[in-house]
Amino acid sequence: MSISNPVRFAVQTAILATGLGTCWAWAGTTTPAGSSQYELGRPATEAEVGAWNIDVPPSGEGLPPGRGTVQNGRQVFAQKCAMCHGRTGVEGPMDRLVGGQGTLKTDRPIKTVGSYWPYATTLFDYIRRAMPFTAPQSLTPDEVYSLVAWLLYQNGIVAEDAVMDARTLPAVRMPNRNGFVPDLHPDVKP
Amino acid sequence: MIFTLDELKRFPSVSRLAFIECSGNSAGEWREPVGHTVQQTHGLLSTSEWTGVPLATVLREAGAKPEATWMLAEGADAAAMTRSIPLVPALEEALLCYAQNGEALRPEQGYPLRLLVPGWEGNINIKWLRRLKLGSAPFMTREETSHYTDLMPDGTAKQFTLVMDAKSVITSPSGGQRLERGFVEIRGLAWSGRGRISKVEVSTDGGRTWESARLQEPVLPKCATAFRLPWRWAGQEAILQSRCADETGYAQPGREALIAARGVNSVYHYNAVQSWKVSLDGTVQNVHI
Repeated sequence: MSISNPVRFAVQTAILATGLGTCWAWAGTTTPAGSSQYELGRPATEAEVGAWNIDVPPSGEGLPPGRGTVQNGRQVFAQKCAMCHGRTGVEGPMDRLVGGQGTLKTDRPIKTVGSYWPYATTLFDYIRRAMPFTAPQSLTPDEVYSLVAWLLYQNGIVAEDAVMDARTLPAVRMPNRNGFVPDLHPDVKP
Repeated sequence: MIFTLDELKRFPSVSRLAFIECSGNSAGEWREPVGHTVQQTHGLLSTSEWTGVPLATVLREAGAKPEATWMLAEGADAAAMTRSIPLVPALEEALLCYAQNGEALRPEQGYPLRLLVPGWEGNINIKWLRRLKLGSAPFMTREETSHYTDLMPDGTAKQFTLVMDAKSVITSPSGGQRLERGFVEIRGLAWSGRGRISKVEVSTDGGRTWESARLQEPVLPKCATAFRLPWRWAGQEAILQSRCADETGYAQPGREALIAARGVNSVYHYNAVQSWKVSLDGTVQNVHI
């Protein structure tokens, strides 16, 4: 098979130890000698992987430079998010983002960013990669940081003067941080 | 490392059959019998033949290190969907697939490349796969935190509930159909994310008595397995049910046992016994008993 513009697929294998713990980076540039059996593929360049390498795990590794405020987030949300999530993040019609704290044990739990999400970094990762629905990956880092700040403020998690950046965001403690337990299946007796 | 599709097709390949079931299949059934037809109650399931290169082969070729315990898989869809995959169990069977049922993946099925982890929840099988990234902890993406986690009555949520437990359903007679008196072959499907189906039993009296159904050969691991039982409908009311077990000994639970363990708010992984009520006029409807 021959195609003029081959589809590319990347594998990032490096796990780099830092002084503070474990982080991730691409290292396709160095394949350990002798590990290749089929001599297929080639090392990736940083530029190739960089555009895709947008994930942000709980450590905050990969957060871009920039900063965002609650005030700016309020404006961005009104312009680009409220049409789906409602004026205050409660009204919908799409996913409710605000409120619901204290409802998880009730008969009608309300799962939102504030009541359910365990990591604030996930909010940055998801908004950056998937929102707004009509134009994903169009927001600037400052806009994403600001939206995160505003949503955390609306949920009572940060103060109105909070500033979100690569240092402050991973330090945010979400209310349901300890609410998740590993799979215990099979958990049901017939 | 960068691989083109042409290069991935040059690796030693594997073809196998496997089901994919959305872990939200039957999610409407926790509280009330919502689905009218079997398509509505159990339709988010299919079995296909998949062809691709084993994930283990590609990771070895790329020089993956043993410290890698988790893998992020990322799609090239507009939302660049991501899931974290625990590597040790995934490496046993996971494939990077470029073909389904003997032809290239169709666009809606993930062309040119998708991940397949046989037996795991459908959402994990990332379509339009563009990137794999190895790490030593889960990446905690939106799909595995705010969604695809199973909320329990105590307010905690089970996370990375990836294996699809055994499940079965009678597809005929089922909701929306109408029976004629006389001979009826009861037909259905059973499947398990843990391996082969070992047994299917059918009840026509709401679970008071059970009879073993015949399984269609070959019974393949992690594949929908057809079962059949001859029956005669004399015009009486009846409740039709099936229950299955797999080769690990896991047995499909009834509603009572499932809800006792998980409550009714976990959304995902509903696999309780399905009941179809046959009325005097032969019509069949979804009921909870």
